[in-house]
Amino acid sequence: MSEIIKVGMADLKTCRVPDGLTTLGLGSCVGVVIRDTVAGVGGMAHVMLPDSTAIRGDNLNIAKFADTAIVELVRQMEFLGAKRNRMEAKMAGGASMFAFKTQSSLVKIGERNAEACHAKLKELGIPVRAEDTGKDYGRTIIYYPETGVLEICAVGKNKSYI
Amino acid sequence: MAKGKLESLTEKYQDVLKELGNIGAGNAMTALAYMTNQRIDMKIPQVRLMDIQDFGSLVGGEDQIMFGIYLNLEGDASGSMLFLIGKETGDAIAKQLLGGMSLSEEETENMKNSVMQEVGNIVCGAYLNALSSLTNLCISLSPPQVVMDMVGAILSVPAVEMGLNSDKLLLIQTQFKEDVEMEGYFIVMPDEASYVKILSSLGMPMDELMSITENAQ
Repeated sequence: MSEIIKVGMADLKTCRVPDGLTTLGLGSCVGVVIRDTVAGVGGMAHVMLPDSTAIRGDNLNIAKFADTAIVELVRQMEFLGAKRNRMEAKMAGGASMFAFKTQSSLVKIGERNAEACHAKLKELGIPVRAEDTGKDYGRTIIYYPETGVLEICAVGKNKSYI
Repeated sequence: MAKGKLESLTEKYQDVLKELGNIGAGNAMTALAYMTNQRIDMKIPQVRLMDIQDFGSLVGGEDQIMFGIYLNLEGDASGSMLFLIGKETGDAIAKQLLGGMSLSEEETENMKNSVMQEVGNIVCGAYLNALSSLTNLCISLSPPQVVMDMVGAILSVPAVEMGLNSDKLLLIQTQFKEDVEMEGYFIVMPDEASYVKILSSLGMPMDELMSITENAQ
Protein backbone atom coordinates (compact mmCIF):
# COMPACT_ATOMS: atom_id res chain seq x y z
CA MET A 1 0.00 0.00 0.00
CA SER A 2 1.34 3.38 -0.86
CA GLU A 3 1.23 6.18 1.63
CA ILE A 4 0.66 9.91 1.32
CA ILE A 5 3.06 11.81 3.52
CA LYS A 6 1.96 15.15 4.93
CA VAL A 7 4.15 18.22 4.70
CA GLY A 8 3.42 21.08 7.13
CA MET A 9 3.86 24.81 6.74
CA ALA A 10 7.55 25.75 6.35
CA ASP A 11 8.43 22.09 6.15
CA LEU A 12 9.95 19.69 3.64
CA LYS A 13 9.78 15.91 3.15
CA THR A 14 11.05 13.28 0.76
CA CYS A 15 9.57 9.93 -0.22
CA ARG A 16 10.15 6.86 -2.38
CA VAL A 17 7.66 5.70 -4.98
CA PRO A 18 4.91 4.62 -4.84
CA ASP A 19 4.37 6.94 -1.87
CA GLY A 20 3.07 10.43 -2.44
CA LEU A 21 3.33 13.79 -0.71
CA THR A 22 0.69 16.33 0.22
CA THR A 23 0.39 19.75 1.77
CA LEU A 24 -2.91 21.35 2.75
CA GLY A 25 -4.01 24.93 2.34
CA LEU A 26 -1.22 26.67 0.48
CA GLY A 27 -1.93 30.39 0.55
CA SER A 28 0.84 32.77 -0.35
CA CYS A 29 3.22 29.90 0.32
CA VAL A 30 4.53 27.89 -2.60
CA GLY A 31 4.63 24.11 -2.80
CA VAL A 32 7.65 22.96 -4.78
CA VAL A 33 7.80 19.31 -5.82
CA ILE A 34 10.77 17.55 -7.36
CA ARG A 35 11.24 13.98 -8.59
CA ASP A 36 13.84 11.69 -10.09
CA THR A 37 12.02 8.85 -11.83
CA VAL A 38 15.13 6.70 -12.28
CA ALA A 39 15.88 6.64 -8.57
CA GLY A 40 12.17 6.63 -7.70
CA VAL A 41 12.54 9.52 -5.27
CA GLY A 42 10.25 12.49 -4.77
CA GLY A 43 10.28 15.54 -2.54
CA MET A 44 8.08 18.44 -1.53
CA ALA A 45 8.83 21.75 0.18
CA HIS A 46 6.23 24.17 1.58
CA VAL A 47 8.02 27.50 1.21
CA MET A 48 6.80 30.56 3.12
CA LEU A 49 9.22 33.33 2.28
CA PRO A 50 11.45 34.09 -0.70
CA ASP A 51 14.82 34.94 0.72
CA SER A 52 16.69 33.80 3.85
CA THR A 53 19.37 36.45 3.47
CA ALA A 54 16.89 39.30 3.97
CA ILE A 55 15.92 38.09 7.41
CA ARG A 56 17.41 39.05 10.71
CA GLY A 57 17.36 36.66 13.63
CA ASP A 58 19.01 33.38 14.43
CA ASN A 59 18.06 29.69 14.52
CA LEU A 60 16.35 29.94 11.19
CA ASN A 61 14.23 27.13 9.90
CA ILE A 62 15.74 26.46 6.49
CA ALA A 63 12.53 24.93 5.15
CA LYS A 64 10.85 28.32 5.50
CA PHE A 65 12.75 30.08 2.71
CA ALA A 66 12.73 29.36 -1.00
CA ASP A 67 16.50 29.57 -1.42
CA THR A 68 17.50 27.35 1.50
CA ALA A 69 14.55 24.94 1.32
CA ILE A 70 15.13 23.92 -2.29
CA VAL A 71 18.83 23.33 -1.72
CA GLU A 72 18.06 21.21 1.34
CA LEU A 73 15.34 19.27 -0.47
CA VAL A 74 17.71 18.45 -3.33
CA ARG A 75 20.38 17.41 -0.82
CA GLN A 76 18.01 15.06 0.98
CA MET A 77 16.85 13.58 -2.32
CA GLU A 78 20.45 13.01 -3.41
CA PHE A 79 20.99 11.23 -0.12
CA LEU A 80 18.22 8.82 -1.18
CA GLY A 81 19.96 8.17 -4.48
CA ALA A 82 18.49 10.83 -6.74
CA LYS A 83 20.72 12.64 -9.23
CA ARG A 84 20.33 16.31 -9.86
CA ASN A 85 20.62 16.09 -13.64
CA ARG A 86 17.62 13.76 -13.74
CA MET A 87 15.41 15.90 -11.51
CA GLU A 88 12.34 17.76 -12.68
CA ALA A 89 10.10 20.12 -10.71
CA LYS A 90 6.58 21.46 -10.56
CA MET A 91 5.08 24.09 -8.33
CA ALA A 92 1.78 25.51 -7.10
CA GLY A 93 0.57 28.18 -4.70
CA GLY A 94 1.87 31.71 -4.32
CA ALA A 95 -1.56 33.30 -4.15
CA SER A 96 -2.37 36.76 -2.81
CA MET A 97 -4.96 35.89 -0.20
CA PHE A 98 -5.83 39.41 0.82
CA ALA A 99 -5.63 42.59 -1.19
CA PHE A 100 -3.50 44.69 1.13
CA LYS A 101 -2.99 48.31 0.45
CA THR A 102 -0.14 48.89 2.85
CA GLN A 103 2.64 46.69 4.27
CA SER A 104 5.04 46.98 1.38
CA SER A 105 7.29 44.08 2.39
CA LEU A 106 4.41 41.66 2.26
CA VAL A 107 2.75 42.87 -0.88
CA LYS A 108 2.88 40.24 -3.55
CA ILE A 109 4.67 37.85 -1.23
CA GLY A 110 3.13 34.95 -3.13
CA GLU A 111 4.45 36.21 -6.42
CA ARG A 112 7.87 36.79 -4.93
CA ASN A 113 7.89 33.30 -3.45
CA ALA A 114 7.19 31.80 -6.86
CA GLU A 115 9.88 33.93 -8.51
CA ALA A 116 12.42 32.93 -5.89
CA CYS A 117 11.62 29.25 -6.42
CA HIS A 118 12.05 29.64 -10.17
CA ALA A 119 15.37 31.38 -9.70
CA LYS A 120 16.72 28.74 -7.34
CA LEU A 121 15.58 25.81 -9.51
CA LYS A 122 17.15 27.46 -12.54
CA GLU A 123 20.39 27.96 -10.67
CA LEU A 124 20.43 24.27 -9.77
CA GLY A 125 19.61 23.29 -13.34
CA ILE A 126 16.28 21.65 -12.47
CA PRO A 127 13.60 22.25 -15.13
CA VAL A 128 10.09 23.35 -14.08
CA ARG A 129 7.66 21.16 -16.03
CA ALA A 130 4.44 22.84 -14.95
CA GLU A 131 3.09 25.35 -12.46
CA ASP A 132 -0.15 26.79 -11.14
CA THR A 133 0.72 29.90 -9.19
CA GLY A 134 -0.73 33.32 -8.36
CA LYS A 135 -4.43 34.27 -8.26
CA ASP A 136 -6.24 34.77 -4.97
CA TYR A 137 -7.25 31.41 -3.57
CA GLY A 138 -5.75 28.68 -1.42
CA ARG A 139 -4.68 25.32 -2.81
CA THR A 140 -4.24 21.82 -1.46
CA ILE A 141 -1.78 19.74 -3.45
CA ILE A 142 -1.03 16.04 -3.72
CA TYR A 143 2.05 14.85 -5.58
CA TYR A 144 2.66 11.40 -7.01
CA PRO A 145 6.34 11.18 -7.94
CA GLU A 146 5.74 7.89 -9.72
CA THR A 147 3.59 9.49 -12.43
CA GLY A 148 4.72 13.06 -11.83
CA VAL A 149 1.10 14.19 -11.52
CA LEU A 150 0.43 17.12 -9.20
CA GLU A 151 -3.20 17.21 -8.12
CA ILE A 152 -4.54 20.63 -7.10
CA CYS A 153 -7.74 21.22 -5.13
CA ALA A 154 -9.22 24.63 -4.40
CA VAL A 155 -12.47 25.74 -2.75
CA GLY A 156 -15.33 25.93 -5.22
CA LYS A 157 -13.25 24.71 -8.14
CA ASN A 158 -12.82 21.41 -9.89
CA LYS A 159 -9.71 19.40 -9.19
CA SER A 160 -6.97 20.08 -11.66
CA TYR A 161 -3.92 18.06 -12.59
CA ILE A 162 -0.65 19.43 -13.87
CA MET B 1 20.34 26.92 24.06
CA ALA B 2 19.02 30.01 25.76
CA LYS B 3 15.32 30.39 25.84
CA GLY B 4 13.89 32.77 23.26
CA LYS B 5 12.14 35.96 24.22
CA LEU B 6 8.78 34.60 23.34
CA GLU B 7 9.24 31.50 25.47
CA SER B 8 10.09 33.60 28.52
CA LEU B 9 7.28 36.05 27.88
CA THR B 10 4.78 33.26 27.52
CA GLU B 11 5.85 31.47 30.66
CA LYS B 12 5.91 34.50 32.83
CA TYR B 13 2.85 36.36 31.67
CA GLN B 14 0.58 33.53 30.58
CA ASP B 15 -2.21 34.56 32.94
CA VAL B 16 -2.05 38.24 32.10
CA LEU B 17 -2.28 37.51 28.40
CA LYS B 18 -5.14 35.09 28.99
CA GLU B 19 -7.02 37.74 30.87
CA LEU B 20 -6.49 40.17 28.02
CA GLY B 21 -7.97 37.61 25.65
CA ASN B 22 -10.86 37.09 28.02
CA ILE B 23 -11.77 40.73 28.26
CA GLY B 24 -11.22 41.47 24.58
CA ALA B 25 -13.11 38.49 23.27
CA GLY B 26 -15.82 38.95 25.87
CA ASN B 27 -16.47 42.41 24.56
CA ALA B 28 -16.38 41.22 20.98
CA MET B 29 -18.80 38.40 21.69
CA THR B 30 -21.23 40.79 23.31
CA ALA B 31 -21.19 42.81 20.12
CA LEU B 32 -21.71 39.73 17.96
CA ALA B 33 -24.46 38.39 20.20
CA TYR B 34 -26.23 41.73 20.08
CA MET B 35 -25.93 41.90 16.33
CA THR B 36 -27.18 38.40 15.68
CA ASN B 37 -29.58 38.19 18.61
CA GLN B 38 -28.08 34.88 19.70
CA ARG B 39 -26.61 33.54 22.88
CA ILE B 40 -22.94 32.97 22.37
CA ASP B 41 -20.64 31.01 24.63
CA MET B 42 -16.96 31.57 24.79
CA LYS B 43 -14.26 29.17 25.85
CA ILE B 44 -11.37 30.10 28.11
CA PRO B 45 -8.75 31.85 25.98
CA GLN B 46 -5.56 30.03 25.25
CA VAL B 47 -2.16 31.62 25.10
CA ARG B 48 -0.09 29.56 22.76
CA LEU B 49 3.44 29.58 21.54
CA MET B 50 3.51 27.59 18.34
CA ASP B 51 6.02 26.35 15.85
CA ILE B 52 5.26 27.68 12.43
CA GLN B 53 4.97 24.13 11.09
CA ASP B 54 1.96 23.46 13.31
CA PHE B 55 0.34 26.81 12.77
CA GLY B 56 -1.81 25.68 9.86
CA SER B 57 -3.60 23.18 12.06
CA LEU B 58 -4.27 25.72 14.81
CA VAL B 59 -8.03 25.40 14.57
CA GLY B 60 -8.22 21.84 13.27
CA GLY B 61 -7.68 20.55 9.75
CA GLU B 62 -5.98 22.92 7.33
CA ASP B 63 -8.54 22.19 4.66
CA GLN B 64 -11.64 23.25 6.60
CA ILE B 65 -13.40 26.07 4.83
CA MET B 66 -13.84 29.23 6.85
CA PHE B 67 -14.36 32.94 6.51
CA GLY B 68 -11.25 34.79 7.53
CA ILE B 69 -11.44 38.44 8.50
CA TYR B 70 -7.99 39.86 8.77
CA LEU B 71 -6.95 43.19 10.24
CA ASN B 72 -3.69 44.86 11.04
CA LEU B 73 -3.15 46.54 14.38
CA GLU B 74 -1.77 50.03 14.04
CA GLY B 75 -0.76 52.81 16.38
CA ASP B 76 0.88 52.15 19.75
CA ALA B 77 0.91 48.41 19.18
CA SER B 78 1.35 46.56 15.93
CA GLY B 79 0.58 43.07 14.84
CA SER B 80 -2.40 41.37 13.39
CA MET B 81 -5.77 40.05 14.32
CA LEU B 82 -7.69 37.29 12.66
CA PHE B 83 -11.35 36.53 13.18
CA LEU B 84 -12.19 33.09 11.80
CA ILE B 85 -15.78 32.01 11.32
CA GLY B 86 -16.85 28.58 10.12
CA LYS B 87 -18.39 28.68 6.65
CA GLU B 88 -21.84 27.67 7.87
CA THR B 89 -21.73 30.11 10.77
CA GLY B 90 -20.71 32.89 8.41
CA ASP B 91 -23.45 32.02 5.96
CA ALA B 92 -25.98 32.00 8.76
CA ILE B 93 -24.86 35.35 10.13
CA ALA B 94 -24.91 36.90 6.67
CA LYS B 95 -28.34 35.49 5.97
CA GLN B 96 -29.66 36.81 9.21
CA LEU B 97 -28.24 40.27 8.76
CA LEU B 98 -29.54 40.44 5.20
CA GLY B 99 -32.83 38.95 6.32
CA GLY B 100 -35.01 41.95 5.64
CA MET B 101 -33.81 42.35 2.09
CA SER B 102 -35.27 40.43 -0.79
CA LEU B 103 -32.21 39.40 -2.71
CA SER B 104 -31.56 36.76 -5.28
CA GLU B 105 -29.19 33.93 -4.53
CA GLU B 106 -26.48 35.62 -6.54
CA GLU B 107 -26.92 39.00 -4.91
CA THR B 108 -26.71 37.41 -1.47
CA GLU B 109 -23.45 35.75 -2.48
CA ASN B 110 -22.09 39.13 -3.55
CA MET B 111 -23.25 40.87 -0.42
CA LYS B 112 -21.77 38.26 1.86
CA ASN B 113 -18.26 39.57 1.73
CA SER B 114 -19.24 43.09 2.59
CA VAL B 115 -21.46 41.85 5.40
CA MET B 116 -18.55 39.86 6.82
CA GLN B 117 -16.33 42.89 6.47
CA GLU B 118 -18.73 44.96 8.53
CA VAL B 119 -19.15 42.19 11.09
CA GLY B 120 -15.36 42.06 11.35
CA ASN B 121 -15.17 45.78 11.78
CA ILE B 122 -17.68 45.88 14.61
CA VAL B 123 -16.60 42.73 16.40
CA CYS B 124 -12.86 43.26 16.15
CA GLY B 125 -13.35 46.90 17.01
CA ALA B 126 -15.07 45.84 20.22
CA TYR B 127 -12.18 43.52 21.05
CA LEU B 128 -9.66 46.24 20.47
CA ASN B 129 -11.61 48.89 22.34
CA ALA B 130 -11.47 46.73 25.42
CA LEU B 131 -7.77 46.21 24.92
CA SER B 132 -7.13 49.90 24.35
CA SER B 133 -8.99 51.13 27.39
CA LEU B 134 -7.40 48.49 29.56
CA THR B 135 -3.87 49.31 28.51
CA ASN B 136 -4.34 53.00 27.82
CA LEU B 137 -2.65 52.45 24.50
CA CYS B 138 -4.02 53.91 21.34
CA ILE B 139 -4.46 50.97 19.00
CA SER B 140 -6.39 51.24 15.77
CA LEU B 141 -7.40 48.77 13.10
CA SER B 142 -6.80 48.70 9.39
CA PRO B 143 -9.88 48.14 7.23
CA PRO B 144 -10.76 44.45 7.38
CA GLN B 145 -9.97 42.09 4.53
CA VAL B 146 -12.33 39.19 4.04
CA VAL B 147 -11.71 35.89 2.34
CA MET B 148 -13.42 32.53 2.29
CA ASP B 149 -10.99 29.70 1.78
CA MET B 150 -9.15 26.80 3.36
CA VAL B 151 -8.11 27.75 6.85
CA GLY B 152 -4.48 26.77 6.21
CA ALA B 153 -4.28 29.27 3.39
CA ILE B 154 -5.84 32.00 5.52
CA LEU B 155 -3.48 31.33 8.41
CA SER B 156 -0.48 31.49 6.11
CA VAL B 157 -0.93 35.25 5.88
CA PRO B 158 -0.21 36.08 9.53
CA ALA B 159 2.32 33.26 9.59
CA VAL B 160 4.30 34.92 6.83
CA GLU B 161 4.12 38.25 8.56
CA MET B 162 5.27 36.94 11.91
CA GLY B 163 7.60 34.40 10.35
CA LEU B 164 9.84 37.16 9.06
CA ASN B 165 11.52 37.40 12.43
CA SER B 166 10.79 34.20 14.21
CA ASP B 167 10.10 30.49 13.84
CA LYS B 168 7.59 30.65 16.63
CA LEU B 169 4.33 32.50 17.00
CA LEU B 170 2.80 33.75 20.22
CA LEU B 171 -0.91 34.22 20.06
CA ILE B 172 -4.02 34.62 22.14
CA GLN B 173 -6.78 32.41 20.84
CA THR B 174 -10.40 32.40 21.92
CA GLN B 175 -13.00 30.02 20.62
CA PHE B 176 -16.68 30.82 20.65
CA LYS B 177 -19.81 28.83 20.07
CA GLU B 178 -23.34 29.94 19.46
CA ASP B 179 -26.53 28.19 20.47
CA VAL B 180 -26.91 26.44 17.18
CA GLU B 181 -23.52 24.94 16.63
CA MET B 182 -21.81 28.01 15.36
CA GLU B 183 -18.11 28.18 15.62
CA GLY B 184 -15.36 30.68 15.31
CA TYR B 185 -12.05 31.90 16.64
CA PHE B 186 -10.27 35.09 17.52
CA ILE B 187 -6.56 35.08 17.08
CA VAL B 188 -4.58 38.09 18.19
CA MET B 189 -0.90 38.32 17.40
CA PRO B 190 0.88 41.45 18.55
CA ASP B 191 4.52 41.53 17.52
CA GLU B 192 7.29 41.12 20.07
CA ALA B 193 7.80 44.79 20.78
CA SER B 194 4.08 45.28 21.25
CA TYR B 195 3.87 42.49 23.80
CA VAL B 196 6.38 44.38 25.90
CA LYS B 197 4.42 47.62 25.47
CA ILE B 198 1.12 46.01 26.35
CA LEU B 199 2.48 44.20 29.38
CA SER B 200 4.31 47.21 30.74
CA SER B 201 1.26 49.42 30.38
CA LEU B 202 -0.63 46.89 32.48
CA GLY B 203 1.87 47.50 35.26
CA MET B 204 4.25 44.63 34.75
CA PRO B 205 7.66 45.82 35.95
CA MET B 206 9.57 47.29 33.04
CA ASP B 207 13.02 46.15 34.21
CA GLU B 208 11.79 42.57 34.30
CA LEU B 209 10.45 42.87 30.79
CA MET B 210 13.61 44.48 29.54
CA SER B 211 15.80 41.80 31.06
CA ILE B 212 13.79 39.14 29.27
CA THR B 213 14.07 40.84 25.94
CA GLU B 214 17.76 41.61 26.37
CA ASN B 215 18.89 38.24 27.68
CA ALA B 216 17.20 36.41 24.93
CA GLN B 217 18.81 38.34 22.11
